[in-house]
Amino acid sequence: MKLRLIFTAAAFGIGCATLAFAADEPQKERQELMKGVGGATGTMAKMVKGEEPFDQAAVIAALETISANVEKFPELFPEGSETGMETEAAPAIWENMEDFRAKADKLQSDADAILADPPADLDGLKAVFGPLTKNCGACHETYRIKKS
Amino acid sequence: MAAANGRPVAKRRVRLLGGLAVAALIAGLGVFWAVTAPRAVSAERLAAIEAIEADPARGERVFWAGGCASCHAEKEASGDDRKRLSGGLRLTSDFGTFVVPNISPHPDAGIGQWTLDQFSNAMLAGIAPGGSHLYPSFPYASYVRMSDQDIADLFAHIKTLPASDATHPDHELKFPFSWRRLLGGWKFLFFDDAPRTELADGDAQLQRGQYLVEGPGHCGECHTPRNLLGGLKTDQWLAGAPNPEGEGRVPNITPGSPSLKSWSAADIAYYLESGFTPDFDSVGGSMVAVQKNMAELPSADREAIAAYLKTVPAR
Ligand code: HEC
Ligand code: HEC
Ligand code: HEC
Repeated sequence: MKLRLIFTAAAFGIGCATLAFAADEPQKERQELMKGVGGATGTMAKMVKGEEPFDQAAVIAALETISANVEKFPELFPEGSETGMETEAAPAIWENMEDFRAKADKLQSDADAILADPPADLDGLKAVFGPLTKNCGACHETYRIKKS
Repeated sequence: MAAANGRPVAKRRVRLLGGLAVAALIAGLGVFWAVTAPRAVSAERLAAIEAIEADPARGERVFWAGGCASCHAEKEASGDDRKRLSGGLRLTSDFGTFVVPNISPHPDAGIGQWTLDQFSNAMLAGIAPGGSHLYPSFPYASYVRMSDQDIADLFAHIKTLPASDATHPDHELKFPFSWRRLLGGWKFLFFDDAPRTELADGDAQLQRGQYLVEGPGHCGECHTPRNLLGGLKTDQWLAGAPNPEGEGRVPNITPGSPSLKSWSAADIAYYLESGFTPDFDSVGGSMVAVQKNMAELPSADREAIAAYLKTVPAR
């Protein structure tokens, strides 16, 4: 019993260590979070486009991913992470950190509001998908720049 | 001998050279004056545009294709506010800062008193009502390819939009760019209505795409690199360019682009409609405003643009 506990603790510790190692670079971590947001958005977009059938459980999971990822996202822009690791973060983030955070909060609260009363069918999803994803362009317009 | 004769000869030479220089200067000034003189749209074309029965409803489509709201509406305007063309946006460039004018139908602050001829001259020749040159930061170097019908419809549509009494300070440009006459030289070098690409004709969809991209859509103004004088490097058509507003790049959108080459025509049309790339990244930067305008077009227009982008030479 005790031994198992110790073993699990050790495994957990190693797990944490690798996590911390992977998370070393805030640029990489925030890119992964955004990739998750993109993937979740894609899940819903494919239903809206009619490429996939409506699936409420998948919609809820996608919205939860978006909400959880954008909550952590603005914490990953410490001084010194302005460049490197092919970041597409715009310098404007560090000039207007408050506005940048407000834009992340807005996406999160919009996703949470939909989660409180999730769409029951495709028409319901179509009605909320457009307004929700306006948040993407609204932030990328000022705070993300393509470099290639 | 040489010394005695040398001076008069030298003097004569100096006088001759001086005379030649003055003549060259006068000729040069003449050439300069002729080259830089504003050239208006021909009387026949103006008359042809006047004769058109304009349709303001159709003009709305031209309005979105032309992206007027991206520059002339208020910064970050959304919804119906994009139709209030009150100006005021500041465009930074290597030559200084341009302050976009009010082109709402307000009689004093906007262009409410303009005639269709004056509008045609602004759009197709880059000439203001007083006869002076307009700066090509107003993308008339693309709009020059627009059809008579589109110009007439667009003018009729702008007249139906809300009036704004907003007034703005002048542009803040570095000397000598503040001197509008010089723009005649720029026009002489870079301004014509020739097609940007030679397409095998016959395909109506491709021609429509070419018209939208090279004309009203003015895509090349951002996506094509420029030389030191601000002229487009036309052999690098749509090959991508440094971001004029600072860091980053405006991407290559020819079939040679590392990212776009894996997009299907349907992917491009969907991007213009929704702002999503095939891996569900979302549009950013100055393309956000362009994409919002593209979303207002009928899907056939977006498909035509996509077909054209798949056909231009890969760079
Ligand atoms: C990329 C930004 C941009 C876009 C897009 C744009 N304009 Fe402009 N426009 C300007 C600027 C800058 C000026 C001022 C030029 C100058 O002072 O010489 C201007 C000037 C004008 C003028 C002359 C106004 C005056 O008082 O002299 C007219 C008319 C005009 N634009 C109409 C349009 C229409 C119609 C569209 C859409 C089809 C459009 N513009 C799209 C930037 C833009
Ligand atoms: C005001 C400048 C501007 C104009 C005008 C413009 N674009 Fe763009 N375009 C951009 C920028 C900047 C990007 C990068 C977007 C981003 O950061 O997500 C872009 C991206 C794109 C992309 C995606 C490329 C990629 O690899 O992700 C396509 C496709 C595109 N533009 C097509 C067009 C078309 C078609 C037009 C004309 C109707 C046009 N653009 C007009 C600035 C412009
Ligand atoms: C608060 C601002 C903000 C919001 C809101 C936002 N993004 Fe982003 N996004 C960014 C920034 C900044 C980057 C660049 C991160 C980097 O490279 O360091 C980015 C990058 C991305 C990437 C590229 C990730 C990679 O590196 O491959 C995708 C995909 C993406 N965003 C999708 C979305 C979608 C879809 C939405 C809307 C549901 C959205 N984003 C909303 C700021 C935002």
